Amino acid sequence: MTYKIVSKKELAPTIKMFEMGAPVVARKAKAGQFVILRIKERGERIPLTIADANPERGAITLVVEEIGKTTKELGRLNEGDSVLDLVGPLGNPMDIRKYGRVVCIGGGSGVAPVYPLTKALKKAGNKVTSIIGAKTRELLILEGEMQETSDEFYITTDDGSKGHRGFVTDILRKLLDEGKQIDLVVAVGPVPMMKAVADTTKPNKIRTLVSLNPIMVDGMGMCGACRVTVGEKTKFTCVDGPLFDGHLVDFDELAARRQLYEPEEKRALKAYEEKIGGADDS
Amino acid sequence: MIARQPMLEHDPRERIRNFDEVALGYDAERAVLEAERCLQCENPTCMKGCPVNIDIPGFIAHIKEGNFDLAIRKIKEKNHLPAICGRVCPVKDQCEKFCVLAKKGEPVAIGNLERFASDYEWKKGVEIPRKAEASGKRVAIAGSGPAGLTAAADLVKLGHEVTIFEALHVPGGVLTYGIPEFRLPKKVVEREVEYIKRLGVDIRTDMVIGRTITADELLRQGFDAIFVGTGAGPPQFLGVPGENLGLVYSANEFLTRVNLMQAYEFPEYDTPIKVGKKVAVIGAGNVAFDAARTALRLGARDVSIVYRRSEEEIPARIEEVHHAEEEGVKLRLLTLPTRMLGEGGLVRRMECIKMSLGKPDESGRRRPIPVKGSEFYIDTDTVIVAIGRKPNPLIQQTTEGLKTTSWGTIVADDFGQTSRSGIFAGGDVVTGEATVIEAMGAGKRAAEAIDRFIKQRKKH
Ligand SMILES: Cc1cc2nc3c(=O)[nH]c(=O)nc-3n(C[C@H](O)[C@H](O)[C@H](O)COP(=O)(O)OP(=O)(O)OC[C@H]3O[C@@H](n4cnc5c(N)ncnc54)[C@H](O)[C@@H]3O)c2cc1C
Ligand SMILES: Cc1cc2nc3c(=O)[nH]c(=O)nc-3n(C[C@H](O)[C@H](O)[C@H](O)COP(=O)(O)OP(=O)(O)OC[C@H]3O[C@@H](n4cnc5c(N)ncnc54)[C@H](O)[C@@H]3O)c2cc1C
Ligand code: SF4
Ligand code: FES
Repeated sequence: MTYKIVSKKELAPTIKMFEMGAPVVARKAKAGQFVILRIKERGERIPLTIADANPERGAITLVVEEIGKTTKELGRLNEGDSVLDLVGPLGNPMDIRKYGRVVCIGGGSGVAPVYPLTKALKKAGNKVTSIIGAKTRELLILEGEMQETSDEFYITTDDGSKGHRGFVTDILRKLLDEGKQIDLVVAVGPVPMMKAVADTTKPNKIRTLVSLNPIMVDGMGMCGACRVTVGEKTKFTCVDGPLFDGHLVDFDELAARRQLYEPEEKRALKAYEEKIGGADDS
Repeated sequence: MIARQPMLEHDPRERIRNFDEVALGYDAERAVLEAERCLQCENPTCMKGCPVNIDIPGFIAHIKEGNFDLAIRKIKEKNHLPAICGRVCPVKDQCEKFCVLAKKGEPVAIGNLERFASDYEWKKGVEIPRKAEASGKRVAIAGSGPAGLTAAADLVKLGHEVTIFEALHVPGGVLTYGIPEFRLPKKVVEREVEYIKRLGVDIRTDMVIGRTITADELLRQGFDAIFVGTGAGPPQFLGVPGENLGLVYSANEFLTRVNLMQAYEFPEYDTPIKVGKKVAVIGAGNVAFDAARTALRLGARDVSIVYRRSEEEIPARIEEVHHAEEEGVKLRLLTLPTRMLGEGGLVRRMECIKMSLGKPDESGRRRPIPVKGSEFYIDTDTVIVAIGRKPNPLIQQTTEGLKTTSWGTIVADDFGQTSRSGIFAGGDVVTGEATVIEAMGAGKRAAEAIDRFIKQRKKH
């Protein structure tokens, strides 16, 4: 079985959005879940969040940031191309209900996974404040979509090229200092960002959910590659998560485990770039 | 009297540099010689030890007469995966244990002969038996390990329409992702799976029952019965400090990367794997020995099995323990890790404690007791934890009214009937970790029960 790319859109120079034909997955997918994808016979299995699901069209949306060999290879595929394997939905959906005021934070390509959560939370009657951040304005994604589904909306960029100059936590800090009632914070993005968000909300004891991104292999609980320490207990992110209480996560351990294969990943990427050579048309 | 015929094997010094199959099998001459040792007992005790009840003297008699076609046909009356069983069955605890010759000397090499017959057939071209007339009934099978494949083959031969749903991207279960190439070449697994497909079984990969679609949805979509053969899944860890350091693997992850993802061919294949020079494997089952021997082949210099009991209690197949020792795997017995210590996020040392053996526990094996004050350190840069796996939980969690034990296994009777009408189960998901042939036996008995169940329903 193969899975066809129904449409492709470039959201930022290194971030692509794909609509994939996967009717059974589309019918089942809920906010917070992900798929595991394998491009081709010799490929590896990588996890990607389901950013949107359209059961009528029999398709799901994936947003991919090109950071290494596999995501770069995926980025070069076009409408009409197929990938060999796509399995899901995996992981636990978020418990979507009315919390009150919710702050949704997305950093970098983390805006893609936070978007379905934001949309579902809004639909469940929550007051939603969104903060999205990126290094620079070209890397901001899903701006329109996020704004549309939020009551309050902030942008931050590290270099100040759009919105507030600085980090997403600056805005969060400001909201807290203003004494705004916040019932839940949801943050998805790079590990240091999620850690910073959790550190910001901890003194105020505001419930904070983060979506963790450890290395995965099978994605269905059979290997433990994705294990993380949460509240001193070992959890498998792919079956117990990916959403966890940010105040209980050992982020340093997560960061260290994510770096395990760095030299190998670099080697694979270099070999791949040499292979495609000047053919890079992206 | 003729002595038991040994199998040719690759030289240990050569073979640890590659993933080629270690045992080379019999040639026709040796097979016939070995077959001649069988006494053709009137009351063949060997068959008692075979969970799928192969007519052992029957097939051996055909080999003795040089009639290899008839031999494999006889085996396949009962066993659809003989090339696999002939390689990985713990025969010393099964058929060969009950062979009358075992009492005085060496039992007939039943496993080797089974393997020979199957490899012979493969070289010659496999026969596809005819199946019964279409029954118009549909059976769904979750999991494509030995239990699922066997149930599927039996049911399709009875004329039912059978679909296997497999979560991973390749069928075979442990045969594909667990047992390494040098013991069970993936080509052999592929060819056996191919045979099951040619019988008419439809195999759909990338389908996680319980997530992609639930068991109840399958029943609602018109399947008349379901067989759950999802095996053992989540690895257990020791629960000691430092276990989440880098390069501490579960055996499942380690073996999945190597076998399923072919990480030993990185970067031709995209999945990476990493082992240091000094590898400690915790546990002493088949899984531990497979992991240890795999680590050697990935370039580790010093590999040891760290086991809390003594050599006598080692549960792995004896052949594999010998193979591992020949290849240079060391045994560190009566040793239990209590802590893992790291540097820069990677494991560096393991604190262990010496054990002594007390009285036998419920499992009949002597209970290991820590010796006070005997703590010591083992330097290591890779740890592989192989202390067992829990049953796969997804179907249990998402199927209302499906009874499970406190350990998470599905409750089922000898014929696989669960607490839910129309849902059957067998293999490791029912028994906990066991053997390939036991999973096949369970698949077989469940197929019989499923056949009865759906035929009964027809009458309504
Ligand atoms: C639950 C989950 C959801 C995710 N959702 C998205 C998403 O929607 N969009 C997106 O762009 N990315 C997402 N990711 C991250 C994505 O899986 C990685 O970027 C991708 O695997 C990198 O592969 P690569 O070969 O291109 O990069 P590599 O060069 O192999 O690795 C770069 C970095 O990615 C991480 N990584 C590598 N291999 C894996 C792996 N098998 N599993 C997880 N992380 C890995 C490591 O931290 C590594 O340092 C998600 C991760 C998880 C765990
Ligand atoms: C490394 C290793 C070495 C071993 N060596 C030996 C040996 O030498 N001899 C021996 O006899 N036994 C050995 N065993 C044990 C033997 O392999 C198992 O007892 C046997 O495979 C059990 O078969 P099964 O069909 O019950 O399950 P499995 O082989 O585990 O197959 C289960 C299948 O179900 C799939 N699955 C799980 N959940 C779902 C779901 N929700 N939906 C769809 N599919 C799902 C899995 O991906 C898997 O493919 C070994 C095991 C391991 C791990
Ligand atoms: S018990 Fe041994 S000797 Fe007797 S029939 Fe079986 S294999 Fe042959
Ligand atoms: S990825 Fe294997 S257990 Fe989570």
